[in-house]
Amino acid sequence: MAAVEQDIGHVHEHHPSGLMRWITTTNHKDIGTMYLWFSFAMFLTGGVMALTIRAELFQPGLQIVQPEFFNQLTTMHGLVMVFGAIMPAFVGFANWQIPMMIGAPDMAFARMNNWSFWLLPPAALLLMSSFFVPGGAPAGGWTFYPPLSVQMGIGMDMMIFAIHILGASSIMGSINIITTILNMRAPGMSLMQMPLFVWTWLITAYLLVLVMPVLAGVVTMLLTDRNFGTNFFNAAGGGDPVMFQHIFWFFGHPEVYIMILPSFGIVSEVIPTFARKPLFGYSSMVYATASIAILSCIVWAHHMFTAGMPVTGQLFFMYGTMLIAVPTGVKVFNWTATMWRGSMTFETPMLFSIGFIFLFVIGGFSGVVCAIVPIDVQVQDTYYVIAHFHYVLVSGSLFAIFAGTYYWLPKWTGHMYDETLGKWHFWLSMFFFNLTFFVQHFLGLAGMPRRIPDYALQFADFNMISSIGAFGFGTTQLLFLYVVLKCIRGGAKAPAKPWDGAKTLEWTLPSPAPYHSFETPPVIK
Amino acid sequence: MGSKAAPTIMGALAIAFYSGLGLTAADPHQLNLPEPQSIIAQQIYDQHTMLLWICLAIFIGVFGVMFYSVLKHRKSLEHPAANFHHSTTVEIIWTIIPIFILVAMAYPATKTVIAMKDTSSPDITIKATGYQWKWGYDYLTGEGEGINFLSSLSTPKAQIENAAPKGENYLLEVDNRVVVPVGKKVRVLLTASDVIHAWWVPALGVKQDAIPGFIRDAWFAADRPGTYRGQCAELCGKEHGFMPIVVEAVEPKKYAQWVSEQKTKLAAARMDVNKEFTMDELKVEGEKVYAANCVACHQADGKGISGMFAALDGSKIAVGNRAEHINIVMNGRADTAMAAFKHMSDVQIAAVVTYERNAWGNTAGDLVQPSEINQLRK
Repeated sequence: MAAVEQDIGHVHEHHPSGLMRWITTTNHKDIGTMYLWFSFAMFLTGGVMALTIRAELFQPGLQIVQPEFFNQLTTMHGLVMVFGAIMPAFVGFANWQIPMMIGAPDMAFARMNNWSFWLLPPAALLLMSSFFVPGGAPAGGWTFYPPLSVQMGIGMDMMIFAIHILGASSIMGSINIITTILNMRAPGMSLMQMPLFVWTWLITAYLLVLVMPVLAGVVTMLLTDRNFGTNFFNAAGGGDPVMFQHIFWFFGHPEVYIMILPSFGIVSEVIPTFARKPLFGYSSMVYATASIAILSCIVWAHHMFTAGMPVTGQLFFMYGTMLIAVPTGVKVFNWTATMWRGSMTFETPMLFSIGFIFLFVIGGFSGVVCAIVPIDVQVQDTYYVIAHFHYVLVSGSLFAIFAGTYYWLPKWTGHMYDETLGKWHFWLSMFFFNLTFFVQHFLGLAGMPRRIPDYALQFADFNMISSIGAFGFGTTQLLFLYVVLKCIRGGAKAPAKPWDGAKTLEWTLPSPAPYHSFETPPVIK
Repeated sequence: MGSKAAPTIMGALAIAFYSGLGLTAADPHQLNLPEPQSIIAQQIYDQHTMLLWICLAIFIGVFGVMFYSVLKHRKSLEHPAANFHHSTTVEIIWTIIPIFILVAMAYPATKTVIAMKDTSSPDITIKATGYQWKWGYDYLTGEGEGINFLSSLSTPKAQIENAAPKGENYLLEVDNRVVVPVGKKVRVLLTASDVIHAWWVPALGVKQDAIPGFIRDAWFAADRPGTYRGQCAELCGKEHGFMPIVVEAVEPKKYAQWVSEQKTKLAAARMDVNKEFTMDELKVEGEKVYAANCVACHQADGKGISGMFAALDGSKIAVGNRAEHINIVMNGRADTAMAAFKHMSDVQIAAVVTYERNAWGNTAGDLVQPSEINQLRK
């Protein structure tokens, strides 16, 4: 018998080594790792574009780039960050964590999992190489409204194909996540016993399956308008350019919740752990997540308040948008109540989570301001909106990604990360983030439109402050890379459960987690 | 040192930064919306202020509790962890109260939305057309009916390229301003000829997208005489940042004077159509038109930008087929960035075509008369 057991133990860790391991892997941890590194590479790529933009905007006048290239940069920065950095990072977390948190050995569709990841690099390559074709990269903004996007060169077609591929990858990933969660939970784990991170991903995956085909549809219509003589969005041929905006934002608004719901999940794991207290209002958190997802599907036209809409349309979308503040507020109150009378410590994941709540609420406030139609008429397409969505996407999604990374790094690598450097990463990020984006509220209110390479003199001071902040923020992220690499290479040995308040299943596995998570399902009391 | 030092240093920096912000922001206009100059802009301003106060109150409430907890309920102070995790009553309370707050915000907003959308019975109607990259204005009804002109950026290129010091209204100045009388309801009809633009004047509280093939409308009534500056607010291509809007509100008497001046100018332009121009006259005028309308894409040297905008210098059409040259300028070229320039006057079109055929290395030698263009329009 002993021989047989050893055999199994051998098979357990068996996989090809070197490059072939990563190309052929069907293991959720390997795939999760690849998603996370891919995401980080794209984060740096999009970051370099952002810094080029901020360098140009450091002073009035054109210094570094010309307007057409500037527009390519703003467009590509948005696309790369949304589709290349934030979304794959969350899929990486899902791959690593969901099987471990529900007591499963792996994801449901292991080979499809491999395929959904390996679609990403070619799509990214296609997108990035559009910089080198005649006419350059797409320059119509990440929302690529026609007719402007119909004027672009072949770079726009490359972007459309890249989006098709990324969409297929997202849909496959989502189906995999839904199937895993619904079918592979440990015996005895009911839906209402799942960790909140798993719940938020389940709801996110449904949103993705709902809206990614809509995006695929609208880019296909754009493709045929550009190349095959259709007139979906051409008024001269009986089409309507505004229809594009409706279809795009029917995808686009749920998309912003796709990028924030998993963050809510991560923060809802971290806060109870470091408060050493159960999450307050678990079931209301689940209901709030579901309400946000449902509401997100009926508010898309608040991105189009200045496109021209009947009074009733504007009022409907205004009221709907304001309603989202209610479940979002419930979440913030629940997190606060979780911290209340806890026994808190402030390791890096907790710092990033509290930073997340603090700044996300500011982004939420500016969201309510933008929801009010008359005020939106002033701030729409200005730097105010830029400030708003960076508060929810950078200090929202990205800070939660940092929180999650620090939280689970001991489990992933088997080593503790450098706590001092982690805290420096947090405080520097916090300072430079606000330096970059808080002043942009003032710029927007004072009247600076977004997507312009040069600006009037009254905006000079705040733009300079913002650019300094951006370079500080960008540089700080290299510190994050250093902390992660240091943690992978060594450091204090991590125990199975390095955080004494942690309750979820992944902490019952040794650190680093074994190649296959739970070969025997754990018992849920 | 170590983990304690980071928050201390960063905290000190943050305080230094925010107090510095107070100093640089001595001009209150830079921190808030511009001073409102119309009833709608005033309502927007007031609602925004109200929202800020409500947000501030919630902010202090929520983070007061959270940071009290952060300071007191920590393990280092040996605070024991409680174990409560659920209260339906509390959940209901903090679901209901925000709804009331939202209703209080939505009520005044709803009234303003209805007022903004009421474009009925205007005193003056102006059609604004967005072009890549300038605005065209047609006074359709009311005093000044029949006036039309184009309005493009008047900031010299040298200032943008940092070859000359920047003027006071850098990037916010135009050759022809939209002049309107104070206190009159002005309805603006918006459309575009190529891509989507947006007409935005912050002080007047108006922003409306201009969509090719469709007409949208908005209105304003300026409270006081003054010059109100805005910019295109929808990405419309490479010169998106360089098509400002300037509205000048004047006393009714001054407006009447402006109207009669414009009418005289228009009558003079109409007579020009049948005049025979010399090559030099056309080239001089054409160079101006070229600088205002064509130079952004085709460049001052006529070489265009490779892969994006066609070169005119040495182009087969610009030295060869004259009819096709005129046709492209007037009607644009489908599926390219080349827009139709029919909205320019006969003299302008004739002049610019003549200029393009005889500038740089081009030596077509022929010229186009305004009367020909006028004929083609029929």
